[in-house]
Amino acid sequence: MSRLLLLVGICFSLSFSFQIKKNLSEYSIFSGDPKELIASDGFIHYDLITPLFTDYAFKHRLVYIPEQSKIEYKERDVFEFPEGSMIVKTFYYPHDFENINQGVDLVETRLLVHETSGWKAYPYIWNDEDTDAVLSVAGGIRPVSWKDKKGDHAIDYIVPNMNQCKGCHVKDGKFVPIGPTARQLNKDLDYHDGIYNQLDKWYDLGLLDNLPDIIPKIADWDDPASGSLNKRARAWLDINCAHCHNTQGPAKTSGLFLDYYQEDPKALGIYKTPIAAGRGSGEFEYDIVPGDPDHSILVYRFNSTDPGVMMPELGRTMVHQEGLQLIRDWIYSLR
Amino acid sequence: MKLYSQIFIFLLMFIFAGCDEDVSTDTVDYYDDLQTKLILASSGETVMLPKGFIALNRSLWIDGLSNVTVQGHGIDQTILSFKDQIEGSEGLKIINSKNIILKDFTIEDSKGDLIKVENTSGIDFVNLKAQWTGKPKKTNGAYGLYPVNCENVLIDRCIAIGASDAGIYVGQSKMITVRNSEAYYNVAGIEIENSYYADVYNNYSHDNAGGILVFDLPDLVVKSGKSVRVYDNVVVDNNFKNFAPSGNVVASVPSGTGIMVLATSDVEIYQNKIYNNKTANTCIVSYHILEEPITDKEYYPYPTSIYIHDNIYKRKRMLPSLSFKQPIGFLLAMNYFNDVPDIVIDGIIDNKIEDKSSNNPHQICIENNSGASFLNLDAANDFENMTTDLGHYNCSLPVINHTVYP
Repeated sequence: MSRLLLLVGICFSLSFSFQIKKNLSEYSIFSGDPKELIASDGFIHYDLITPLFTDYAFKHRLVYIPEQSKIEYKERDVFEFPEGSMIVKTFYYPHDFENINQGVDLVETRLLVHETSGWKAYPYIWNDEDTDAVLSVAGGIRPVSWKDKKGDHAIDYIVPNMNQCKGCHVKDGKFVPIGPTARQLNKDLDYHDGIYNQLDKWYDLGLLDNLPDIIPKIADWDDPASGSLNKRARAWLDINCAHCHNTQGPAKTSGLFLDYYQEDPKALGIYKTPIAAGRGSGEFEYDIVPGDPDHSILVYRFNSTDPGVMMPELGRTMVHQEGLQLIRDWIYSLR
Repeated sequence: MKLYSQIFIFLLMFIFAGCDEDVSTDTVDYYDDLQTKLILASSGETVMLPKGFIALNRSLWIDGLSNVTVQGHGIDQTILSFKDQIEGSEGLKIINSKNIILKDFTIEDSKGDLIKVENTSGIDFVNLKAQWTGKPKKTNGAYGLYPVNCENVLIDRCIAIGASDAGIYVGQSKMITVRNSEAYYNVAGIEIENSYYADVYNNYSHDNAGGILVFDLPDLVVKSGKSVRVYDNVVVDNNFKNFAPSGNVVASVPSGTGIMVLATSDVEIYQNKIYNNKTANTCIVSYHILEEPITDKEYYPYPTSIYIHDNIYKRKRMLPSLSFKQPIGFLLAMNYFNDVPDIVIDGIIDNKIEDKSSNNPHQICIENNSGASFLNLDAANDFENMTTDLGHYNCSLPVINHTVYP
């Protein structure tokens, strides 16, 4: 029954300028074996400095810009992409995190498409053989397993439904991408023809309309050399929380704003009482008690996997232990 | 065009086929079907929920729909259960939509809130039951019916049970009607928070810790809530224990609170039956009573223009709530034992008010109530001059005149 509905949905989508396909392979995004994650011509590989945590999944990102059009540079906000742009994000797990050559398991690929009517998200779930992925508007559950230095892991990875994608990707009521900001893209990447700063490369390729001399750069949450503890913690909060917790985001009703440029200590949670947290408060009084991570609601919620308690509330079934430690250290340092 | 009309007919056939389907046992794949329908629903459509007990393990989401009705076969006939939820904080979440009607079903046991509606203009909750089953406990979700940052909200003939914060909670919204509904075994039965233009009438709020709360809190995008009418309600026996997780504002509401106004302006409370709420049948307090620091410069913490009239008060002799979490009960018990006054105000006054000559600078007027005793706590002066003399508070205010729903 759901497949039939899906077909109906696909038929209806014909009226959009963008032709939505049932199978991911029909777009010819990848060349060769999809597991190799080699992009076809026209798709540009990119990476973020501090990415969102999604159950330790690896993420492979591509962007496509229609010919003759350009991305508008923004200092703080997400870049303005031209109509017809597409962002392709593939979530995958290497069998062995320490040795990626042992192969990978592809889980989902999300297409963000900038249509005439605005951005739309289409989740595709890979089949067990990783030969193709199928549009799944209602999302789905896919078991995955991997090995890393902490041991063996097996989880039921949850693919969000189409509307949940929008749950995070919304600003002022409009769907927007989250990652591609100047501060997140301002790093080197290995291209086929050498290593370049991503923004320089985009500019050289004619994708960016403008590139100022001074470009902000977010700290790498996982690299102490990239910034102070404060900068790294704020980077982690920015990408993991601020897509909702900003003054125009879905969590604006909470009064807790965790964006990178936020300066009001109360808005950042310091001695701020929760508004509608319910049992998410964990019986604690404040979002952040400086010097006392164990009595800070932020830590309590990052450390939970209970859907009614945990933050972020979507996109993970595991605790990001290393990110949690960073936030604990940061709150401790605020004393 | 022909192709599209064929597709449309195909879709219609399909929807009608779906209507007759009675899913009662095989619920494994029901999520996909329902969620897909809720994604593809077009303007004017009614998405029918099947009869029976429908177990769902992930949140249902509606986003960006207009003029869509989601309809079940009646309370307890269609039951959406989220008991085994593995993902999503709500049972049903609705965002960025217009003119959505939810009617005739039960929704229960989600991990977080049951129905949260955000950034939506026109949301009707009609004949719904929102409940956490079993004994009320602090691990229940916070809110049963929870429109926030919405306009044109109607909650009519609904029942809310077991919320660890408020059964019916309208926050940061405008143009609100809550009527003909029942709330019990919640921490707060009905709560209107940081909202404008609300009518709360003909409801039955009983056996909660607090019956009806009208709150205004700092640090929010929408604040300075005002123009709230609470009338023709029955607010009785709200003596259930306060089982809210601490940290939440509602945890500071003592068990035994009937109607409470916190820091909101322009509130009219009239023609209610307010019986046997053991700590305070009605209380009017400033945010300062919570003893939380205020850093929000735009926030006004004093309840102003509050008109309480023509209500019927009754109170059996019983001790107020004695809990260290809300120590006000001890103070009342020490002074009044089992016969505490019906209407309690904290008496905290804004020192910045220029006109020192007025004895009632915040215009709190209490008039023509039946059986109502009164207490001014004088909380700002360590309760030194507590008085039961209504004095200058026996006065009139203009009635609120607003229209909240077409």
